[in-house]
Amino acid sequence: MKRGNILKLTVVVLLVAIVATLSVKPLTDSQKGIPLGLDLRGGVHLVLQAQPGKDGSPVTKDDMDNAKTIISKRVDEMGLSEPIVQEDVPNKRIIVDLAGVQDPDKAVNVLKTTAQLTFRDPQGNVVLQGSDLKDARAANGSQNQGFVVNLTFSGDGVKKFADATTKLVGQNLGIYLDDKLLQNPRVEVPIVNGQAEITNYSSLQEAADYAVLFRSGSLPVSMTIAEKRQVGASLGADSLAKSMQAALYALIFIFLFMLAFYHLPGMVADFSLIVYALIVLWVLYLMRAVLTLQGIAGLILTVGMAVDFNIIIYERVKEEIREGKSLRAAVESGFSRAFITVIDAHVTTLIAALTLYFLGTSTIRGFAITLAVGIIASLFTAITFTRMILRWVVGVNPKMNTSWFGVRRKQNG
Amino acid sequence: MADKVKKSTNNTPPTPASHLETYEEVQKLHPLYFNIVKKRYWWFAISLLVIIPGLISLFVQGLNLGIDFTGGTMLDIPFNNAVTQTAIKDTMKSVGLEGSVQLSTNNTQALIRTTALDEDQRTKLLDTLQKNVGDYNKANLKEDKVGPAIGQELTKNAILSLIIAMGLMIVYITIRFQFAYAISGILALIHDVLVTVGLFSLFRWQIDSSFVAAVLTIFGYSINDTVVIFDRIRENESRIKKSQTYEDMVDKSIWQTMRRSINTVVTVLIALFSIFIFGGESTRVFSLAMLIGVFSGAYSSIFNASQILVEIKNRLGLTRGRKRARAKS
Repeated sequence: MKRGNILKLTVVVLLVAIVATLSVKPLTDSQKGIPLGLDLRGGVHLVLQAQPGKDGSPVTKDDMDNAKTIISKRVDEMGLSEPIVQEDVPNKRIIVDLAGVQDPDKAVNVLKTTAQLTFRDPQGNVVLQGSDLKDARAANGSQNQGFVVNLTFSGDGVKKFADATTKLVGQNLGIYLDDKLLQNPRVEVPIVNGQAEITNYSSLQEAADYAVLFRSGSLPVSMTIAEKRQVGASLGADSLAKSMQAALYALIFIFLFMLAFYHLPGMVADFSLIVYALIVLWVLYLMRAVLTLQGIAGLILTVGMAVDFNIIIYERVKEEIREGKSLRAAVESGFSRAFITVIDAHVTTLIAALTLYFLGTSTIRGFAITLAVGIIASLFTAITFTRMILRWVVGVNPKMNTSWFGVRRKQNG
Repeated sequence: MADKVKKSTNNTPPTPASHLETYEEVQKLHPLYFNIVKKRYWWFAISLLVIIPGLISLFVQGLNLGIDFTGGTMLDIPFNNAVTQTAIKDTMKSVGLEGSVQLSTNNTQALIRTTALDEDQRTKLLDTLQKNVGDYNKANLKEDKVGPAIGQELTKNAILSLIIAMGLMIVYITIRFQFAYAISGILALIHDVLVTVGLFSLFRWQIDSSFVAAVLTIFGYSINDTVVIFDRIRENESRIKKSQTYEDMVDKSIWQTMRRSINTVVTVLIALFSIFIFGGESTRVFSLAMLIGVFSGAYSSIFNASQILVEIKNRLGLTRGRKRARAKS
């Protein structure tokens, strides 16, 4: 019995150590690990507000869906690992999170060109809409043309473009984003097949940038930036390092505190804390929940709360020992008595976390998620793992000196 | 509870050692023992001493709302060399902007607050600053822009979520405990929120959206240690002795759970201090609010909640007749 328990404990300790070691790489992998929020690796968070048309026409759900598709397309062009584009239909907003974007200013520039693309004649009359454009691609032009953008028009667009170019030979056909002139190419010949070419870009990159604007430039509604949060990349890295440091110190001091006050059970608590941390991190990993600065603060907080359960139980156990119970009976009744208390205490915090999640902004949500996950994981760890380990520890020697539990039993001495 | 007493006599040999802790034993166990229920008006007074100035400040000057609530643009610019406030202010004026400038880190870090800028204004400001004031590190730039509509929404949602969370918690506590307990627990909760919000108002600390998260977490968490004590009172209430008054029973319960009350808070405070000291500027508002709230929560749990319970029970005669009769004898 005693040997068996020691063996079981050794196996569990080794197992946890192995899992912990093996977890480091997958969890912290910069590509596939727990996704870090833009406040931890730099990036930009945008809330784009759709504006009703100038004639007061309201923004429809269709408009929003189209806008989202177009913005997603632009975002995908940036090649980020886990960009987020969300639609908030009731508020007519598109929320964009670009974590890890190298040049946030440029990204905002691409996205903010949320205006409507139009083709206009020199008198300013709109001859074609952005929606008439099917595709725009950058390419190497033939001799003396530099780099080019090939435009392909769709359905009605072919005819409209043919009419316009026939009429405007020798004149300019302006390409506008809202009222801003983007390009003003000259019409050389009438183009009737819906295949046009804008020539003389200085680099392929420049041509490609314009191509992106052309092919995704036709948002059904125009949009303004209602909220923007931008964090420089190295500032993000700095925040990450700082919060990791905070987490480390919190862990060390909580470990020491538990050891000093609760001796042997304190060690069990510390060990459970490692298991708890592993569970939380893996759950976050599997949920693909984005870890933000506030989220880490939430995690550190739940570490403090997670040992709560242990403290409540151990104090109860101490009391039961003082009342003259055997160690094993004390542990059992300590657990069952403390359980209700802990549930009550945690449910209320969980209520707060859920309220935050449903009403909070995106920064607060990161916190709410880790808080909720943390609370549930800490309950789970305590009920299953801590209890089991403590039973085994007591089972090693039920008559062990109660001072190991931080109680000096006069009756025993 | 009766079940538990039976169990303990079954499980352990009937030695004289096996008995429930008496009031005297609990008193002896704690070297610093004092009657914590009898002095309750002092504890209430201390709480009011903190809350009332906070409340007055809240009504007179309100909270120092950051751009998350008011809307605006905040730029945190790390210049390569030391800069002056006048240089920045003049530059802002030259592009037609007003706002506050705060320098830190040997006058290299400038925190600029102004109205919500659109992209063109913002780029113009940054370019002009670079030209007139000096180069800055783009990779360390932090920028927040909150449109006025979003700010109003946050304020609205913050208040809404506080009300909803409060409602839900009142329901939960009322279901789990008797009504008198629920009222006392909730008063203690409100106490903690008022202390936190009041101090933030009094000291003009600027709040951002994470403050809302902190207040709601305080709301959820501070009931924690109150529940620990109430749980014990509920247990002791059912086996109150003939010689004991309700007040003494509550006093005993508080002292029986004193270590738990303190230690559970200490670990959370360790976590919060770590965030406050090492976590950097961005989480400071959050951790400061939480520190105050959790500390206040510990105080109100030990010194207010159960004492309010005693008051309510005494005033309304809710301590059952049996016990009241004993209390008088």
